[in-house]
Amino acid sequence: MYNPTVARLTYRALLGRRRALILFSLPALLIVISIAIRLMTGADDATADAILGGFALSVMVPLIGVIAGTGAIGPEIDDGSVVYLLAKPVKRPTIIVTKLFVVVGVTMAFSAIPTLIAGLILSGNSQGIAGAYTSAAAMASIAYSAIFLLLGTVTRHAVAAGLVYALVWESVFGTYVTGARQLSVQQWSLAAAEQIGQGGVITSDVGLPVAVVLLICVTVVATWYACQKLRGLTLAGDE
Amino acid sequence: MSTLIIDNVSRWFGNVVAVNDVTMTIGPGVTGLLGPNGAGKSTLINMMGGFLAPSTGSVTLDGTQIWRNEQSYRHIGIVPERESMYDFLTGQEFVLANAELHGLPKPRPAAQRALATVEMEYAAGRKISTYSKGMRQRVKMASALVHDPSVLLLDEPFNGMDPRQRMQLMDLLRQMGAEGRTVLFSSHILEEVEQLAAHIEVIVAGRHAASGDFRKIRRLMTDRPHRYLVRSSDDRALAAALIADASTAGIEVDTEEGALRIQAVDFNRFTELLPRVAREHGITLLTVSPSDECLESVFSYLVAA
Repeated sequence: MYNPTVARLTYRALLGRRRALILFSLPALLIVISIAIRLMTGADDATADAILGGFALSVMVPLIGVIAGTGAIGPEIDDGSVVYLLAKPVKRPTIIVTKLFVVVGVTMAFSAIPTLIAGLILSGNSQGIAGAYTSAAAMASIAYSAIFLLLGTVTRHAVAAGLVYALVWESVFGTYVTGARQLSVQQWSLAAAEQIGQGGVITSDVGLPVAVVLLICVTVVATWYACQKLRGLTLAGDE
Repeated sequence: MSTLIIDNVSRWFGNVVAVNDVTMTIGPGVTGLLGPNGAGKSTLINMMGGFLAPSTGSVTLDGTQIWRNEQSYRHIGIVPERESMYDFLTGQEFVLANAELHGLPKPRPAAQRALATVEMEYAAGRKISTYSKGMRQRVKMASALVHDPSVLLLDEPFNGMDPRQRMQLMDLLRQMGAEGRTVLFSSHILEEVEQLAAHIEVIVAGRHAASGDFRKIRRLMTDRPHRYLVRSSDDRALAAALIADASTAGIEVDTEEGALRIQAVDFNRFTELLPRVAREHGITLLTVSPSDECLESVFSYLVAA
């Protein structure tokens, strides 16, 4: 289910284009903000929770997921170069699963690791906050990768659709609408963070067992559907 | 030796019928798929390449369905019309990646061989983004040949190539055909097909207009009524002399243009008659111009024939 050539092409496509600039800039912004706050206010758990929960997990992780997930397949389908992958004796699920591995790796590298660094800068992992948000970012990375890879497979407007989902649903609805929180990747990943963090600093609206089941379900269903869409992908001529 | 069979295939997009009940068999050797732009050639090639499902009918390679059958790509090499490739790779990396994706046991030597076949070794280390259109076309060709396929499908392969590159590719395709491979290429340019393919399939407006030996179809094209615009030193005298011969079906004196509009029914006889009659009557021919030589009118005639 893993093809190293597909993985290499996907990595190079993701990290060799303008997308890489955005992938690097968001974590850099998080770390710069963290350094500035630490220098101005000193170590503070509440501030660390606000920055990691309010920016890293709710904005940066989904945005990195959108960029990596949609960028892993959307441009190839749009410009037709996907024909060089499809005209090979490689099973379509292998292509999707391999791309998912790459997207998860890239999303984790550009979101979970910077979250850990920022957490350590802000509060030195006091009350396990840095570790908790890192775990949450890693869990969310998996689900976001699958969702946005699917979007890249089904629509030509994957980036726009992904941004609407990430910024409107996850950030706005997820923050202010109670019901929406039950169906939010951010809340599911916070359920894990809640268990790891100490002192009740981190809270989630969803229990851990439900969150884990929902995360797995979303990841599996999105990946399965992306495989189905790629199997049925048709390339119309220019005529 | 492989044979592609297109059996009663239609393909529509919404209300638009792109391919209409086409049946053809593509065997070993070079076959030209000829038709004007928008005739449905790319749609047909996409179905033969397994990138598009027929709405009705079937497309098979040696009896096996191609659509949703990844294993068929072990035997098929595809050169798509679209320019897009992995531009951030070098030519070498691109062909190597294609070799690896085919699961070849020795992908590196296979990639080298394919690049040598298309004479692209000299630029293999350069990024594809720096290639000219002809170079891109040759690297696409190398990627299609890397696994030594028995079937080669090429969609408008000569587009954008200079005459030298065109001749090189034609030689290569001839060689592939002579080796017993099934080579199908599409084109809207009659001369390209004439130079390369002994067997042609003609598609017009999604329909299969003609099929078979190029010379036979060429004769059909040649024998159709031809229209000419002729200016001379004495149009009326020339008209009177020409209409007496059975090779001329009708002549109109176009006073606005100051010319004769002639419809000839026997092409060979008329082309011999016109200069002879002019010479015998002391008439100077100023303009002799075919007025219906565009491919579309030739194709329209074939559909009606």
